[in-house]
Amino acid sequence: MLADKDRIFTNLYGRHDWRLKGARARGDWDGTKEILDMGPEWIIDEMKRSGLRGRGGAGFPTGLKWSFMPKTESERPHYLVVNADEGEPGTCKDRDMLRFDPHKLIEGCLIASFAMRAHTCYIYIRGEFYNEASNLQVAIDEAYDAGLIGNNACGSGWKFDLYLHRGAGAYICGEETALIESIEGHKGQPRLKPPVPAGVGLYGCPTTVNNVESIAVAPTILRRGASWFAGFGRPNNAGTKVFCISGNVNKPCNVEESMSISLKELIEKHCGGVRGGWDNLQGVIPGGASVPVLPKSICDTVLMDFDALRDVKSGLGTAAVMVMDKSVDIVAAISRLSDFYKHESCGQCTPCREGTGWLARVMRRMVKGDATLAEIDTLEQVTYQIEGHTICALGDAAAWPVQGLIRHFRPELERRIRDYRDAKTRDKAA
Amino acid sequence: MSARVMAENQPASFAFNAEMQERAKKIVAKYPAGRQASAVIPLLDLAQRQEGWVSRPAMERIAVMLEMAPIRVMEVATVYTMFKLAPVGRNHIQVCTSLSCWLRGSNDVVKSCKDKLGIGLGEVTPDNAFSLEEVECAGACVNAPVIAVGDDYYEDVDYASTGKIIDALKRGEKLPPHGSMTGRDNAAPAGEKTSLTDDPTKPIPKQDFAAAKAAFEKAKAEAAAKAAAPKA
Repeated sequence: MLADKDRIFTNLYGRHDWRLKGARARGDWDGTKEILDMGPEWIIDEMKRSGLRGRGGAGFPTGLKWSFMPKTESERPHYLVVNADEGEPGTCKDRDMLRFDPHKLIEGCLIASFAMRAHTCYIYIRGEFYNEASNLQVAIDEAYDAGLIGNNACGSGWKFDLYLHRGAGAYICGEETALIESIEGHKGQPRLKPPVPAGVGLYGCPTTVNNVESIAVAPTILRRGASWFAGFGRPNNAGTKVFCISGNVNKPCNVEESMSISLKELIEKHCGGVRGGWDNLQGVIPGGASVPVLPKSICDTVLMDFDALRDVKSGLGTAAVMVMDKSVDIVAAISRLSDFYKHESCGQCTPCREGTGWLARVMRRMVKGDATLAEIDTLEQVTYQIEGHTICALGDAAAWPVQGLIRHFRPELERRIRDYRDAKTRDKAA
Repeated sequence: MSARVMAENQPASFAFNAEMQERAKKIVAKYPAGRQASAVIPLLDLAQRQEGWVSRPAMERIAVMLEMAPIRVMEVATVYTMFKLAPVGRNHIQVCTSLSCWLRGSNDVVKSCKDKLGIGLGEVTPDNAFSLEEVECAGACVNAPVIAVGDDYYEDVDYASTGKIIDALKRGEKLPPHGSMTGRDNAAPAGEKTSLTDDPTKPIPKQDFAAAKAAFEKAKAEAAAKAAAPKA
């Protein structure tokens, strides 16, 4: 288990002062100039060596992403955009960083922007996080007033401006190109890649979009050293991570733990166990709504990291663990997610626009069992017609939960269909 | 996709009040020259804060302010679900029914709202005091179920505590502080602490920057020498 001395988010639960004075007492903004003086190349190299993989869901190596930005400034300014449009069902980690550790994020924004030669950074925060945005704005103002950011950030000679941009309720804006579209004042519809944002991003300029957590951990990694961070978790899955455990556990919570902790240990140590005991577990969605559900047999031993969860055909995603005990109607649970994706599809690509609606309608029938056995295969086939055939990953995200359900809970689907049919036959006979 | 249309009854005109004008000016200044369209979402939000909803004249006014075609503003206003295209109640209550909330009893919370208010989801009470809306993931999943009253999240709610909040609103009383209704510290596990028991102000060890820089320069020089060396 991770020791407190190795936890980055020491105010995750908001027990301490989140403002500049408190943040400084917890070690934020300590020697930031020293880090900047090491130069962009060293910063990016150190981030690469830390093994940090993006914390927004896809797990792309953060240092590598930073290195894609042009090495010199041109007439087109560079931008850093921080994705704080947290809305993946089950995920609520960024929220606590935004409201209780805003200075970690702001310091990270400065260092990351400096490393990528960006003088301007926008933080795109979901509109519903009004109080979180208020805290963050206060913290930004404090940082300006203290000279930590602004014309001569931390006395480094680097000009750095940081702006908060509030969204207005669209899950799709968490997709990086949709987010860029949204900042530009358009509907949040993803763009085709290439070109990637590092070449043509916000306002047509080189842009990197990073998750809140990826940016907020950067100052601590650089201060303590890449090898410190790389010392947690298995190779290729380095670091500490904030997990969000919700659903049928005794004590749902957010907690920062070492990567590659076992799912069972995570739930037993921090969440008071599964409601009704471990044997009452039915299934877990281990990484936010988009990743396939896992049955108890896999949950017994699986580790919480990118590779372990990929190997069992699921994913770490945002590390939002949704626990379902045996009392849960698992088909209805996945049906609820299908409704979500139907609601949130931007409508741009036909397979997603039509497919998410189709999935949601068929899933509703599956909940009742009002279907034929052959329709289970049809349903699965349709998910593969959506997956990989859309501009962004929302189509994939809609397909995966249904695929996971069919993969692990097919007997349950079949039982319902038979029961429904039998009940109908009885009604007719009566 | 969620299909949203503008209300049939629209006011004749819209104008920002002086305070909102001032705030709008500051928002537009956040974006580069010529990129004022970036301010469309924040300005629509200001219009909604002033009027309670976003009317067609408000969209048209914002289009003029940001030098945008009115259709571009309407497009944005109708896509983003936080913008109300028809008047809502003075107290707008949002109930999250997404998976994490559903697993912990959001159905009971919806029922509590319906029982107390006598309206269904998406409806407004006849006296315009309350409106009720079902929302997709509010993003406070470890504190599920969650409702939002205006901008404030009330977390760890159930049938009874939701009812109490609505009663307090009905009586015009001050609401309890937002956050968890069971009294736990935000997203921490209830009861005994499982982490973060240490003093958070203990000094954090720092790496030796001079040594790190030297190692980095050495590795860089070696890589450059290797690249320059003739291939064997």
